[in-house]
Amino acid sequence: MKFLIALLLGMVTGAALFGLAMIYNPFLADRGISPLAVSDAEVFTLNFSAVPSNAIVFTNDGNSVRKPQPSKVQQLWEAPIRKTHAMATIMRDARGNTAGIGVKLSSLSERTRLLQGDALVDSVWYVYLPARGSLFIRQSENYWTFLRDVGWPALRNGANNWKGKWNGDLTSGPGALGTAMVTGGSGTFRGLTMEGVESLSAEAYSADQGPISATGRLLIELPDSVIEAETASAAE
Amino acid sequence: MLKTFIVGIVLGLAGAAAGLYLYPVVDQHREASIVSVAPNGGNVESFHVNVPMDRIMVGAPGQKKPLPAGLDWPSDEVLQDVRVELFKIRNERDTVVGVASRTAAKDGSDDVIDWVLHLPARGSVYVNMRPEALQGGYRQGELRAGSREFAQLRGGMTERWIRSSSGEEDAPIGRIELVTAFVGVQEET
Repeated sequence: MKFLIALLLGMVTGAALFGLAMIYNPFLADRGISPLAVSDAEVFTLNFSAVPSNAIVFTNDGNSVRKPQPSKVQQLWEAPIRKTHAMATIMRDARGNTAGIGVKLSSLSERTRLLQGDALVDSVWYVYLPARGSLFIRQSENYWTFLRDVGWPALRNGANNWKGKWNGDLTSGPGALGTAMVTGGSGTFRGLTMEGVESLSAEAYSADQGPISATGRLLIELPDSVIEAETASAAE
Repeated sequence: MLKTFIVGIVLGLAGAAAGLYLYPVVDQHREASIVSVAPNGGNVESFHVNVPMDRIMVGAPGQKKPLPAGLDWPSDEVLQDVRVELFKIRNERDTVVGVASRTAAKDGSDDVIDWVLHLPARGSVYVNMRPEALQGGYRQGELRAGSREFAQLRGGMTERWIRSSSGEEDAPIGRIELVTAFVGVQEET
């Protein structure tokens, strides 16, 4: 009997050690600098609040850490969409002015492989910028480093929260350099194919409520033709 | 006993690794697709939105009864001509299979009507509609981009409003019918 107990205790210890090795393995999912940050091309930035209560609408299955906003919004409880989030939010330019509206539809990805440090979400953005046009962004996001650096410390903390400064890129594909694919739909973006990156800056996170203070950012690489068209339009 | 404990640790490490490798962390629920082949080629699939029950959001300026209740649509001037709606979308069996957004905006002299359909187990499509309605109340659009299953496809989609003829009290007042017709893009050799 005592051998069985020793074996079971050993197995529990082994599983716990494996979990800790996963969390503190510095080689997992450290993707370094964003390819757009070192690109010579012109990029434009759209900022949005990553706090669900600041969104125009945020909804999910209702059982997630992040609560739907407004509280009476219809929830996504049906089996095929239970692992899906939908959000509509204001997109702001680099100066903080309203630039347009963004809709993000995202679902947990079946390609998630925690052993490889891939906590993946498949998501698309639809962004409409009045007087400029519409954009469709498709991407895979990897939340592993966010969960490791923010979510896990918040869970370990006695008050279930985390405060600090975390900056990171969430986009991990489908572009070869870990970028999102951006397609222009109308206006000056019509017919264009571009690349983009979604990043997140978090200052406060609660294991019970999700992000308390966090800003998301979409960086989109602009082709020369758009810069020329917008410069000409501004000159007129 | 120490040896047994160490063997337990090794088993625990191996078991956790094997479990994580073999057990799917995310397993999306799949509904069988109902696809038919069009006579001139392409796969045709029909989706619909039951109105009002499948409406998640109707975002537009100056609404007396916003949906959902408590919605605070931004008062910024740049968004005065923008209307964004979020829906659940259903397949032909009337089962919810995804979520969708429809954006309608007036941009100078141009009207913009864009749909994004997101089917979690399959991927997403972005369709740019022609603003003018055709005979029979149809509006036609072109697939601009897709993700995953839809990434290598081209084709179009129609939207049409169909008023319900049912007299039942809890029946929808109508539905938005979306019919996609996609065909694979031939890869260049």
